[in-house]
Amino acid sequence: MLRDAWLVAGKDLRIEVRSKVALGQVAPFAFVVVLLFGLALGPAVGRGSVLSAAAPGLFWVAVLLATVLAVQRSFAVEAADGAADGLRLSGLDPAGVFLGKAAAVAGQLLVLELFLAAAVSLVYDRHLSALVVLAASCVTATIGLVAAGVLYGVVSMGARQRETLLPLLFFPLVAPILLGATKLWGEALAGAPGRGSGWLELLGAFAVAYCAIGVVAFGPLLEEA
Amino acid sequence: MGAAISLRECVSLSGRFPLLAGLSLEVREGEVVHLRGPNGAGKSSLLRLCAGLVPVVSGSAVVLGHDLRTDRHSVRREVGLLGHSGFLYDDLSVERNVRFAVRAARADPGQVEGALRRLGLDGRLRHVPVARLSAGQRRRVSLAVLVARRPRLWLLDEPHAGLDQDGRAELDQLVVEARAAGSTVVLASHELERASAVSDRVVGLAGGRVVAASLCEGRVAGEVGSDVA
Amino acid sequence: MSPGAGPGGGRGTAVLRVLGLLGLVGVVATVWLGLWVTPPDRFMGNLVRLLYLHPAIAWVMYIAYGIAFLSSLLYLWPRTRALAWDRLAGASSEVGVVFTGLTLVTGSIWGRPTWGVWWTWDPLLTTTALLFVLYLGYLAVRQIPGEREARARRSAIAALVAFVDVPIVYFSVLWWRSLHQPPTVDDPVTGKTYVHGSMAWTLLLSFVALTLVYAWLLAHRYRLAALADLEEGEGLELAIAERRAEAGGVPARGEEPAGADLVGAAAGVPDPGARGPGAGR
Repeated sequence: MLRDAWLVAGKDLRIEVRSKVALGQVAPFAFVVVLLFGLALGPAVGRGSVLSAAAPGLFWVAVLLATVLAVQRSFAVEAADGAADGLRLSGLDPAGVFLGKAAAVAGQLLVLELFLAAAVSLVYDRHLSALVVLAASCVTATIGLVAAGVLYGVVSMGARQRETLLPLLFFPLVAPILLGATKLWGEALAGAPGRGSGWLELLGAFAVAYCAIGVVAFGPLLEEA
Repeated sequence: MGAAISLRECVSLSGRFPLLAGLSLEVREGEVVHLRGPNGAGKSSLLRLCAGLVPVVSGSAVVLGHDLRTDRHSVRREVGLLGHSGFLYDDLSVERNVRFAVRAARADPGQVEGALRRLGLDGRLRHVPVARLSAGQRRRVSLAVLVARRPRLWLLDEPHAGLDQDGRAELDQLVVEARAAGSTVVLASHELERASAVSDRVVGLAGGRVVAASLCEGRVAGEVGSDVA
Repeated sequence: MSPGAGPGGGRGTAVLRVLGLLGLVGVVATVWLGLWVTPPDRFMGNLVRLLYLHPAIAWVMYIAYGIAFLSSLLYLWPRTRALAWDRLAGASSEVGVVFTGLTLVTGSIWGRPTWGVWWTWDPLLTTTALLFVLYLGYLAVRQIPGEREARARRSAIAALVAFVDVPIVYFSVLWWRSLHQPPTVDDPVTGKTYVHGSMAWTLLLSFVALTLVYAWLLAHRYRLAALADLEEGEGLELAIAERRAEAGGVPARGEEPAGADLVGAAAGVPDPGARGPGAGR
């Protein structure tokens, strides 16, 4: 399973290196979202302004939107030639495919989050503090997001309207992640990172639950997509 | 010699449309079978069924010893399907595509080099992304995967399409070699003469069933005739 | 409710009619009691009359999702796997989504005069809203085409995925709220602690009546789903016959696939010719 996960993750990342879709389209899209929030809620910046206060939430909404695109891209790659039959025929362990695809998307998203956080900090004029808490919440939240995303990504792969179906399925499901990660960031940036420890566990529970479901359910779902 | 493919009254559906309408077919191990029939006769569906991609609704289907009614997964590692689409990743290079498919199928990566050479992909083309290849070149990449994997059962769906004269000759040679190595080959082709020349038997499909079967004449058929007797 | 039962012949429909009639009588009685017989509440005035509807609707919503979840589990469990459970899960969540919508609407109408706002980010309200969207998504997944068994398995997994989310959503919203400010308004359901006399009876009746309505809707949706499956199965033989007829007048020779017969086949049938059998197409 892990061998197959490694193989699939390597393949997906290599495709990204070659095609640069995440770099050239998903990341710029996330930055555009950050700018749009600025236009909608600005122009006041600095301590006490709407933008500064909302920065954690806006950051995570941008991440959520980027996740949908990244997951869609991850499955568009499979559907391009052979409509997923290739994956089914490959002989790969479906659990390994799930973990591999999730790892590749998570890796891309974590890099994106790094730059997006810097952008939010600059554009919304919000100083980043308690970096360890920020990083920990990023990693845990991203694992949960990606596990749920890849799980629903394969569900919607078989649908004719997959572009619209995935967001409908995905966003309500990951609402707890948005809440938890935003709270953690809000507290960390407000200088009271200790209070949110329960949130990190909630994010962790979500990540574990959906990784487990994904490992078990990806096979049957891939079969039917 | 056992049966590589044993189908009895197989029905498989796409939605509510029967792709196969009670198809029965027996293919012995080491046999090369040429499927014929008009468009929509069920040739591709039959090949996909043998690859474990299509569920069997009724009847029985055993391929390489795996009962497809209960387990459609185990057979997949042992068959090589060359479909209408090549199951290739556009953004990966020729070599990366072949290597990924071979490693995914747990075949010997040492065979990749030879397979690339065999299909004329070892030169400049090796590092070219598959997206930039022509249809015929893509087919060569898919064939290279099969050559490197050495599956027990080759399922070739219109393998001649898009290939140039050299490619077709090479393909024929590959089929003969696969047979010599003990593999079973089922190929669907409209290249009647060419396909029959390398086949032991011709099976005609129409309306999702087998409507006719006959032995091939010529070199290969003669060998089979002695087998049967 | 026996999901193993067929789509319902004469007796089934008779039972359904009685069920529907009882539900209708119950709802009418609830409306009559709620609007005319019971007195206005001391604190809430005439607003209390919405209480006879809203909690019962929410109750049906919980029942509907509970049954959908259980039947999805029963479908996934190999020993109880039957398409009936899938139909039941689909029927129940359809009704559940409708009642979730009604819960949100009645709750909002209730909230406006009581709390002064149409909407508040109360844990229960927020969870209900997300539940609504989650199960709309589930119903969309049910529509994805595919083989019947495959659709059922996919739907059951989707139901499981959605259901696991519900407690996580609820607790996260609860924490989220409590960290902001303690909830100033309780859920309207708690209002029933000071309900008594005719009001209590009306409230009880509303629960019974709406549960009956749920059962009636569920049974009908189930019956339709079963009929649709039956139709799919019935069309099959005809479709296979039509498919075979595509081969034209050539007699099928698929019945003797054994190797030994091949020589005979070779002798009896000249080269079939690829275009031969289906000529004219």
